[in-house]
Amino acid sequence: MSQAMTTDRVECPDLNGLIACPSCDALHYETDVPDGSQARCRRCHTVLMAPRAGAMTRIVMLAATALILMVAAVFFPFLDLSTHGLSQHSSIYDTVMAFSDGLLLPLSFAVAALIVVLPTVRLIAILYAIGPMMIGHAPARHAALAFRVAQSLKPWAMAEIFILGTAVALVKIGGMATISLGTAFWAFAALVVVTTLKDTFMCKLTVWKTIEERSR
Amino acid sequence: MTADAGLPAQAPAARGDAHRAGSAAQVLTARDAGLVACTGCGRVYRATQARCRRCGARLSSRDETSLQRVWAWWLAGLIAYIPANLYPMLKTTTMGHELSSTIVGGVIELIDYQSYSVAVIVFTASVVIPICKFIAIAFLAYSVQFRRGRGRGGLARQHLYEMVEFIGRWSMIDVFVVAILSSLVQFQFVASIHPGIAAVSFALSVAFTMLSAQSFDSRLIWDADEAEDT
Repeated sequence: MSQAMTTDRVECPDLNGLIACPSCDALHYETDVPDGSQARCRRCHTVLMAPRAGAMTRIVMLAATALILMVAAVFFPFLDLSTHGLSQHSSIYDTVMAFSDGLLLPLSFAVAALIVVLPTVRLIAILYAIGPMMIGHAPARHAALAFRVAQSLKPWAMAEIFILGTAVALVKIGGMATISLGTAFWAFAALVVVTTLKDTFMCKLTVWKTIEERSR
Repeated sequence: MTADAGLPAQAPAARGDAHRAGSAAQVLTARDAGLVACTGCGRVYRATQARCRRCGARLSSRDETSLQRVWAWWLAGLIAYIPANLYPMLKTTTMGHELSSTIVGGVIELIDYQSYSVAVIVFTASVVIPICKFIAIAFLAYSVQFRRGRGRGGLARQHLYEMVEFIGRWSMIDVFVVAILSSLVQFQFVASIHPGIAAVSFALSVAFTMLSAQSFDSRLIWDADEAEDT
């Protein structure tokens, strides 16, 4: 491709009118996408925009709910196990500390990070980035940074995997002991639902555009 | 609900390029247009821009070191996956007897207890997915590196990449199972469960392969695709 030729032709004074697919680099004109529908890249079918009506309010509300549930999940009893007159209580904190002897200590940090710390940081970052905009203010300082952090943490927040892991663990020991599910288990399960719901309302591109517009 | 909401795809320059015919080749990329796109927020800049003004991400038209990092993390993940299978994942002590079980051993135990569905979940998450992931990432990186795209495969490989990114994290489930079991089952002499060293290397292996997949610049898939036409 001769660079000179093409740059001349795309002498589009306003590059704001273009968006490029993050997955395959294809250029698209940006148009208004009605709420509730999706715009996909025409080459690789990646969803480019999926705005939803009242998304910001819902994201903030759901993130706040998730944050409260997270506090409950960490501090309330998670599982109770009893067999032959012995009983054992376990909270999320105990689960995290399960690896805390010797060589396995780094793993306990990793588990803590994956199921509690990173999801919490992500929720706070989302609240910080979107919260002020929801009530009509300009975005807070470093809102862009906060939202970037929230986006990059997404694959590392593994609360939903932890819940499935709990189910597997319950089956494994189900034969040898009686297990009762504590408050924290249900808080955690609700947290997973709320977080998933929140992510379906999240349209990355729309949030970025809003941050940019309101920052001016 | 998933109505294709338009976004008329072609930038002006693409229309004139008759020599770039063919389905995929009709698409004008930001690089072809002498622009650089932000992978974080989709905004487009002139090629000289270094950082995205909207989201602050560092801009690069193509991530040149991408493949190096993919292979480095891939190899690290593969190395960590070997001890994860050889060493015990769980050490169960009942009435003074210690029993260690590896990942595969744990699955066999579950089959013995006749909990087949859970055995399938654990086997899928800790054996099938990691191995498929190693193969899939290697295939993607190889196909990009040696231009083995052969035309139309772009969409299929894009889907493969998305699948690897989505499913990879679920392998962590076995580590969480070990954590929950060893925090719950602590009845001193009667029965207790302790994590084995394989839990660490398995967790590392999953993390490394996640990093490997994240290092991959999926735009390279489509570049390799286009290279066939020119």
